[in-house]
Amino acid sequence: MIHETPSGVSSPLFTEEIANLEHKLDSRYPAWLNTLRHTAFASLLERGFPTVKDEDWRYTRVASILATPFKPAKSSMDHLFSCDAIDKLAGDFGGIRLVFVNGHFMPTLSSSGQFKEGIQIESLATILSQGQHEATLSRLFNHFSNAFTALNLALTEDGAFIFIPPNTIIEEPIAVVFLSDASITPFVSNPRSVIIAGAGSRATVIEVYTGILDNLYFTNAVTDILLEEGAKIDHYKVQNETHKAFHIALLNLHQERGSQFSSHLTALGATIGRHEVRVSLNAEGAETNLNGLYLAESGQYLDNPVLVLHHAPRCTSRQLYKGVIDGDGRGGFYGRIVVAQDAMKTDAVQANKVLLLSDLAQADTRPRLEIFADDVKCAHGATVGQLDDASLFYLRSRGIPLDNARSLLTYAFVSEMLSLVRVKPLQAYLTELTLSRFAGRALERSDAI
Amino acid sequence: MLEIKNLCAKIEGREILRGIDLSIQAGEVHAIMGPNGSGKSTLSQVLAGRDIYELSGSVLFNGKDLLALSPEDRAAAGVFLAFQYPIEIPGVGNLYFLRTAYNAIRKRKGLEEMDAIDFLALAKERMKLVEMDPSFMSRSVNEGFSGGEKKRNEVFQMAILEPTFAIMDETDSGLDIDALKIVANGVNALRGKGRAILLITHYQRLLDYIVPDHVHVLANGKIVRSGDKALALELEKTGYAEFEKRGERPLRSV
Repeated sequence: MIHETPSGVSSPLFTEEIANLEHKLDSRYPAWLNTLRHTAFASLLERGFPTVKDEDWRYTRVASILATPFKPAKSSMDHLFSCDAIDKLAGDFGGIRLVFVNGHFMPTLSSSGQFKEGIQIESLATILSQGQHEATLSRLFNHFSNAFTALNLALTEDGAFIFIPPNTIIEEPIAVVFLSDASITPFVSNPRSVIIAGAGSRATVIEVYTGILDNLYFTNAVTDILLEEGAKIDHYKVQNETHKAFHIALLNLHQERGSQFSSHLTALGATIGRHEVRVSLNAEGAETNLNGLYLAESGQYLDNPVLVLHHAPRCTSRQLYKGVIDGDGRGGFYGRIVVAQDAMKTDAVQANKVLLLSDLAQADTRPRLEIFADDVKCAHGATVGQLDDASLFYLRSRGIPLDNARSLLTYAFVSEMLSLVRVKPLQAYLTELTLSRFAGRALERSDAI
Repeated sequence: MLEIKNLCAKIEGREILRGIDLSIQAGEVHAIMGPNGSGKSTLSQVLAGRDIYELSGSVLFNGKDLLALSPEDRAAAGVFLAFQYPIEIPGVGNLYFLRTAYNAIRKRKGLEEMDAIDFLALAKERMKLVEMDPSFMSRSVNEGFSGGEKKRNEVFQMAILEPTFAIMDETDSGLDIDALKIVANGVNALRGKGRAILLITHYQRLLDYIVPDHVHVLANGKIVRSGDKALALELEKTGYAEFEKRGERPLRSV
């Protein structure tokens, strides 16, 4: 078995990329990045891809990804998408938008590069080629403990770069769209995005990953976010890849003193979809709020590993993940909270609630607390259940047919998550996506909430 | 309208109803009284279509086999149960829930669905019947409602859905006297020629406000005595103990 090979080098994915690597280490990128790429690549060669024996990857079966003969995504400009097409495929939330097709930046589909003093919302490749933000970027990129992150670092070509200068507020949402159009040949793209929020700055960022029809491709994404002192970022992610696609992503976050971060995942796509979140609360009083909604149906496997590291005193973290699993789908949540010895007065809460809609549906849930400090407040809980019979009977006794009653209760279960979305057009978009998933023809969007 | 013959219900091998015979005509109000555990709530749940019981016997509703129908089909046929413990459904708006129910029934009858604006007007009008605050419409179904508010909401739903046969399962329990009067007024307003009501209650008190045409005593899963409203007053004095003792051998009067 390919995935059992310790080094993993026999994977077609891997060999294709090896052939491609040297080509990437060219002068378009700064020397520090090429050095890091080599190191990441060496680390990957040494350790190989994870197997089910790896605790962090127990639920994400990567064998089928490694066995697929992907080609690298080609840079091509013949994707003639219009802005309207992007609106339809990825939603229109107003504000600023960057569009990437198959991992490559599409300037004509993106908001123009002129923003208020000091604000940068650009393609990462541009920033790298100009040698900007070198110190911060080289620090942010220096992590590749996970094989797919190492692969991303070694091979990434582009992604979004967002820099918000200190004490700057960007009111309108910034959308970053990664659209995959694989047609016949399965390909892999390694988008890498960076958000740097200067001290006291504020912004809202929406990442959307989506594909065309039932295309097969692999998105291996990494997003690094740095919140300086007192910065506030609201982050949203919509994982709406095709049902044949693979999606492996890491959201890697560093928070400084008194910063506030919220992230809101909605995962509906991919046959194997993994969205990992790692948060380092590095200085006193930082707050992080992590929400996730994952909707898996037959043939889907959606995994949500979350790690929150409380390094400093008086930090707050909240995790609320809700899953709805139908058919033979499967969904996982592996939430870890680690409280370091010095992190006194930590306040950490974690909850995972899963609704199983069929007898074949499976949920894995593993909450885990590792506490090395004395004076902390930590709580975690997990529930896995089915639709409540008494509630179904109540609705049916009022004349609502069984199917509609099931849809209504399922929608009620997820509506809590939708109500947490503060960008109204995004909330409407997600409500639409969710309703159409639950055979929502029986429901109306207008006043369901 | 309703013809119950030798209705028996078991759950997990335990017999709850042991041969109920009851006949209700259109326009009548019947009260079933009985001690806790006598099977009152089971009877109401069975009639509304809760499918957790093993049943025998027959129930004809306007000539149709009621037990063969799904709960939603019974609702469409005109059966309504006001729950003893109304269910809270967080995330579903009260108004949305009711309109979905209302339109589902209309659709089944081949009628055109009512739009949100017209329905709101209808809801506002019917709400007055139970003196309900319109703010309840925008809240989730029964979520955070007090006991009395939940019961009012049940009667309000009944006023909207206009059933021909309504079962009120201990609608009086947990109500103070003012709330009881409001709920009773609501029910009385819905009393009428074409509509039959089955009141299920533990106490005589409710029957001061909703005066029944017939009163039945249920004990140990059987109707052990039937009479007119005077029977309720008699029960108030004597209590249920005697009936429970004799429960195995039903007494019939009237």
